[in-house]
Amino acid sequence: MFCDISQMTLGISLGVALIGLMGEVVRVEVDIADGLPGYFLLGLPDAALTESRERVRSAIVNCSQPWPNRKVTVSLSPAWLPKRGSGFDVPIAIALLSAQGLLPQERISETIFIGELGLDGDIRGVGGVLPSLIQAFKAGITRAVVPQANAVEAQLLTEMEIIPTGHLRDLLSWLCTGEPNSFPTQSCKIDEESPIFDFSEVAGQHLARTAAEVAAVGGHHMLMIGPPGAGKTMIAQRLPSILPKLSRQNSLEVAAIHSLSGDFNHRSPLSQEPPFVSPHHTATRVAMVGGGSHSIRPGACSLAHHGVLFIDEAPECGVGVLDVLRQPLESGIVTIARAIGNVTYPARFILLLAANPCPCGKFTGRGRNCTCSSQQVRRYLAKLSGPLLDRIDIRTQVEPVGRVEILDSQLSESSAVIAARVSAARSRSQDRFLHELWKLNCDIPGRALRTTYQLDTKAMAFLHTELDRENITARGLHKVMRLSWSIADLESHLRPTLEDAKRAYLLREGNQL
Amino acid sequence: MARNSLHLSNQSLGAFGEEIVALELKSRGAQILDRNWRIKEGEIDLVVQLPNGVIAIVEVKTRSTLAFGHPLESITQKKSQRLQRLALAWLVTHHRFGDLYQIDCAAVVVDQFGKHTIDYRSDVL
Repeated sequence: MFCDISQMTLGISLGVALIGLMGEVVRVEVDIADGLPGYFLLGLPDAALTESRERVRSAIVNCSQPWPNRKVTVSLSPAWLPKRGSGFDVPIAIALLSAQGLLPQERISETIFIGELGLDGDIRGVGGVLPSLIQAFKAGITRAVVPQANAVEAQLLTEMEIIPTGHLRDLLSWLCTGEPNSFPTQSCKIDEESPIFDFSEVAGQHLARTAAEVAAVGGHHMLMIGPPGAGKTMIAQRLPSILPKLSRQNSLEVAAIHSLSGDFNHRSPLSQEPPFVSPHHTATRVAMVGGGSHSIRPGACSLAHHGVLFIDEAPECGVGVLDVLRQPLESGIVTIARAIGNVTYPARFILLLAANPCPCGKFTGRGRNCTCSSQQVRRYLAKLSGPLLDRIDIRTQVEPVGRVEILDSQLSESSAVIAARVSAARSRSQDRFLHELWKLNCDIPGRALRTTYQLDTKAMAFLHTELDRENITARGLHKVMRLSWSIADLESHLRPTLEDAKRAYLLREGNQL
Repeated sequence: MARNSLHLSNQSLGAFGEEIVALELKSRGAQILDRNWRIKEGEIDLVVQLPNGVIAIVEVKTRSTLAFGHPLESITQKKSQRLQRLALAWLVTHHRFGDLYQIDCAAVVVDQFGKHTIDYRSDVL
């Protein structure tokens, strides 16, 4: 008559805890012991994870599996690592059933489980699946069970065996039989969507178009100054369309970051288009670089990794918002420190700033229509700090479009034509930097510019004269040299000529602030 | 009100469950020391001396259906703390303070035909 509850039982499954893009494989251990019925979750769970108890219980019961009316202890090891989110529901449920001896062990070990459980046993998608799998793969695990909703991004990691599941019942039958029943296999094809925006729609703006092209070749940051309606935003939106497509490695990095922020609504995980992120100018500093107290989420500059970060109306940004970009601009990474730990996100992007010349926006040409006082005009662009502007290679004027250019728009080049030139130029620079640590012209270090990557003698003489006349600073000289290399790549010159240097000088210093 | 065909009220259902557990423990060689010991703070259902000499304070939970969950799930943190206090109070009152003791819980489920199962858990708190 007395139930036999003396035997001790233990179940183990694997999950992943993420801190930023880094993570650790977590052993989910479930012990069912004698004692009053209870559920104890150990290992620094957050609120969503603590609630897993009720989800897991309902899901197990509703899949007609037994719930142990005994003391259940769930330990997420390593215990010091804070864990968050609902992605541990599935590993907890599997470990719990395996602790009751209901599941064969062979397919549970060496498999990562990720997913949130619905009360009916439905397995739902969670954020951060791709970075979790990358970390698991680095830890030597080659098989993963993921929610159906995350199957597409998970299959980017072709090195791993991915088992998408939509329901706990399907998962249990796979664990028991090894038959992948009712898993529709999705083909992992790369999206070939064409960009919506095309450069042929931009009327005139010869100088700004060239500037954008050079920026795309060398990864140079760019500032556009012009009156409202001249086409600054149009040009910015079309910059991704002339950038080279992302390589597999790069698109994986981009997809991992976007997976963390959970915004695949705007961007397919398989997309090879460089991301285009344009935060509103009311964005906070944290929104720009990332942060948060519970989980450290990537900010705009990390979402724009390998793509374009466009800030319209840059002088309207709050105090210090643009200046937080100074560090990532220099290093290509952002390290955010919070109480729960330090997180490093990659942030290698092309910064694109657009600004009106003055508060009323009409201070162009002779500035006749401008209603601002001279002090207002001076103060307006001074909101862009010196150190930030110093890091921006290209400063270009976007002039108002006249009648002639509007009529001329039929003759504008399309993005495809420009993109072909850009990618040819990029491949030239990549060949050149084959044995170097950097890949783009904007990253050539100053030392290398003075030794291996000098311009030709006439060009150097020209730039040194400008330096002597104090028309450019030493840092400005380096910026012009890097730009010259990009222009030379476009013109397929082996070494930048005097002509290239002059054009570069114009792009950098053409608009004296 | 016919909650089951035995027509037991909640009180008599509880008494029935305690009786079953007492009989079962007796048949296993335990000696009943006290039943339904009641003070202001609450009540102890059963106090027995087990064959190994340990005094067991037994809380019996009886249900006629599992529809509202396992009977032992109704023992909350607060109730278990009260059980601890009651156990000590019993030991002190009966000059047994210092003896080995444990707190046991028994879940009795009586179905509508009068058949019952006992889920007995030793030394749970």
